[in-house]
Amino acid sequence: MIQAILVFNNHGKPRLVRFYQRFPEEIQQQIVRETFHLVLKRDDNICNFLEGGSLIGGSDYKLIYRHYATLYFVFCVDSSESELGILDLIQVFVETLDKCFENVCELDLIFHMDKVHYILQEVVMGGMVLETNMNEIVAQVEAQNRLEKSEGGLSAAPARAVSAVKNINLPEMPRNINIGDLNIKVPNLSQFV
Amino acid sequence: MVVPSLKLQDLIEEIRGAKTQAQEREVIQRECAHIRASFRDGDPLQRHRQLAKLLYVHMLGYPAHFGQMECLKLIASPRFIDKRVGYLGAMLLLDERQDAHLLITNSIKNDLSQGIQAVQGLALCTLSAMGSAEMCRDLATEVERLLLGPSPYVRKKAVLTAVHMIRKVPELSDIFLPVCAKLLHERHHGVLLGTITLITELCERSPAALEHFRKVVPQLVRIFRTLVTTGHTTEHSISGVSDPFLQVQILRLLRILGRNHEESSESMNDLLAQVATNTDTSRNSGSAVLFETVLTIMDIRSAAGLRVLAVNILGRFLLNSDKNIRYVALTSLLRLVQSDHSAVQRHRPTVVECLREPDASLSRRALELSLALVNNSNVRAMIQELQGFLEFCPLDLRADCASGILLAAERFAPTKRWHIDTILRVLTMAGAYVRDDAVANLTQLIGGAQELHAYSVRRLYSALAQDISQQPLVQVAAWCIGEYGDLLLEGSCEETEPLQVEEEEVLALLERVLQSHMSLPATRGYALTALMKLSTRLRGDNNRIRQVVSIYGSCLDVELQQRAVEYNTLFQKYDHMRAAILEKMPLVERGGPQVDEEAKESKEAAPASTDPQASKLLDLLDLLDGTSGDAQQPPPLDPSPEGTLIHLLDLPCAPPALAPIPNLKVFEREGLQLNLSFVRPPGTPALLLITVTATNASEGDVTHFVCQAAVPKSFQLQLQAPSGDTVPAQGGLPMTQLLRILNPNKAPLRLKLRLTYNHFGQSVQEIFEVNNLPVETWQ
Repeated sequence: MIQAILVFNNHGKPRLVRFYQRFPEEIQQQIVRETFHLVLKRDDNICNFLEGGSLIGGSDYKLIYRHYATLYFVFCVDSSESELGILDLIQVFVETLDKCFENVCELDLIFHMDKVHYILQEVVMGGMVLETNMNEIVAQVEAQNRLEKSEGGLSAAPARAVSAVKNINLPEMPRNINIGDLNIKVPNLSQFV
Repeated sequence: MVVPSLKLQDLIEEIRGAKTQAQEREVIQRECAHIRASFRDGDPLQRHRQLAKLLYVHMLGYPAHFGQMECLKLIASPRFIDKRVGYLGAMLLLDERQDAHLLITNSIKNDLSQGIQAVQGLALCTLSAMGSAEMCRDLATEVERLLLGPSPYVRKKAVLTAVHMIRKVPELSDIFLPVCAKLLHERHHGVLLGTITLITELCERSPAALEHFRKVVPQLVRIFRTLVTTGHTTEHSISGVSDPFLQVQILRLLRILGRNHEESSESMNDLLAQVATNTDTSRNSGSAVLFETVLTIMDIRSAAGLRVLAVNILGRFLLNSDKNIRYVALTSLLRLVQSDHSAVQRHRPTVVECLREPDASLSRRALELSLALVNNSNVRAMIQELQGFLEFCPLDLRADCASGILLAAERFAPTKRWHIDTILRVLTMAGAYVRDDAVANLTQLIGGAQELHAYSVRRLYSALAQDISQQPLVQVAAWCIGEYGDLLLEGSCEETEPLQVEEEEVLALLERVLQSHMSLPATRGYALTALMKLSTRLRGDNNRIRQVVSIYGSCLDVELQQRAVEYNTLFQKYDHMRAAILEKMPLVERGGPQVDEEAKESKEAAPASTDPQASKLLDLLDLLDGTSGDAQQPPPLDPSPEGTLIHLLDLPCAPPALAPIPNLKVFEREGLQLNLSFVRPPGTPALLLITVTATNASEGDVTHFVCQAAVPKSFQLQLQAPSGDTVPAQGGLPMTQLLRILNPNKAPLRLKLRLTYNHFGQSVQEIFEVNNLPVETWQ
């Protein structure tokens, strides 16, 4: 089971914090800080596995992390997960982010934190691996985004159009519009009111 | 006029713009106030935006609990955009410890039954993240219905939600078990993955379920084969391996089903062999599958050949250049070392190589595995390697390494000398990290190895002379020097280099230890007692020792002060007892209460020969119908040193008891005279102390003098070691020996003595009973 997924940058600023086990808020922040310190100490050419810190679980838990440019992606898992499998999972997640954001960078994660959560929800659910097929994940995320957009924009338009027509006071419209030489005869539209 | 609130991006911009923590706090507090106001009476259409901002500041660590009710409102809204943020907020902010969480149960129920696919997905996701036991019970039937619904997307989410529900409420397994068989026929990988997870969870929780699912093993094997052989769906493949996650999950389930079950193990044998030999491990995903296969092979009842293959695969991985692979290989070998010890032994050299890794995770694993691989035949080489590791390993591993080495040495030490050497080396290198009982163990070990006393004390002396900062080492060395100081000064020991040590040097070293600020109070205690013991072992006068002891009589440390005062008294008023009290310690019972330094000696302490005399002593005692003196145990003493001395100190100042008992001359021959003096301490009415004094007025020395005694059965006799075995001629220093006799029944005392010695070139033996014993000695 995956206990937590943390993404922070090289200075320890959290970019994504998701716990699959309930911890009080202060403990959550402490865990992020402690994990950052543990991971920072690691060189680049040693293995990606760390025994877990003291706060999150006990000796049964490991931290599996990957370092991409300015970001650390850390998954805290227990012994029932395959370590190499989780490494692949992190890769899948990052590649999915890449597809969704088009050459993802740290700024994308900063400004679209909620979107990142939604994408993560399609990969890992309840601490278990849900889907690893990138195309499926991306398709689902895009469908949901479309759904969101359609609600906010177009869904409002028809309502406005109807109310606009209701407000037309057709009998009050002038019968003759005289603009200089032109003489437009306006038909009788009263039956449409 | 409502102040337009910031969009999420703008808020983030502002926060990033803040130069200091205080500024950031200010910005956030201001915005939170807006958010709170907006929650109260703001535009419902904008609510989702406010909550999104709140979740952002929550991630940064600021309080966000006031948003909890808003989550509920948003979830209840018909708009997808509201629900999305609302459910996310519920997952991040709500938890089952608050009663508010139950309020979303209804919304979830509605969304599960009527919502569109995406909304159902959201509801299931939230349920699996923070669903409490009550919620799970309420919604179980809904979830079960969705398991068989039309949409694979919803099905896969429902399956994982079911896993969560079973974890929270194990009784729900009954609901979800029947549907698993159907789900196994899924084509959709996501659903299949979830199903395998569900079945695994069910089997782990209930042996009945385990039995039930054994029959799907053939089906699982089929699914696996399809995955591997037909290159099924390339879109699930990762680096050329088709859906490694699903493969790993199936292998794990097979492991659980095949464990301890011949038939199931049989049916998966072929598949495992195939996977083990054919999987391409050039990329990480292939390795992941292969590892899982190896673990499964080792855990089920597989054929012997297959097991060997599996361990060899692990051995090959140990040599891989990828550090991650090496790490996982070490972890797997550690799991196997108990069950397949000899197979893992074959890879010992590679494991030892891994100790030298700079990577802390790898070297930690290598250390654990190395310690598990130590056995009788490789102990010398392994301990050598481990000691090399101890010198340079990272600090957090030192304690584990040191105690691991000590434990292994204890179990497999080929010789006592090697054992002592090993412990010595560990103490020198990592003294600060060893456990507290290492000191006790080492003193016990040295005490028991009589032939190594000289060797030990020399080595410890050299080590101490070099470095007095490692406390356990200092304590052991001080104790040893105190006990065997005479051997240190004596001359050469053939096992170490010749070491010429002067008495003054030894005393100076111990004084240095006493005065050093690095020494712990316990260490000082050891040093002080050692100095005291040396007062009887060394031949010089004891002025220096007396000085030190009297200085410490006013030491601030209470323990030290007490000891010093007692030792002082020992020098002054009870000097005649000093030799007896400070004799060599008997071997301490392992794990028993620590016997104090003042415990009385057993009869064997006399370095002169005692064994051949045992039989003759029996003859002696037969006459008296007494038990063999050798076999008697010393009466149990008050264990604390303070206690014994307090008894002594309770005595009145004049050493003899209330009425002095007259001395008795018991033997006289050719100038050699034997006198007995008696003491009855008033505190212990049953106790009689006899001091045998041998004086020599003749021209020739008396050498090899041995005095033995026997008493009737109801008495308990204890002989102290004599002060020497030579009585010099012409009134030289008399030899004394202390006898302790316990007479609880107040029976009449009878005493028989046996003397053997050389005088004037002749060996003499005398046996006689002591007559005219004063009545006061036993009444």
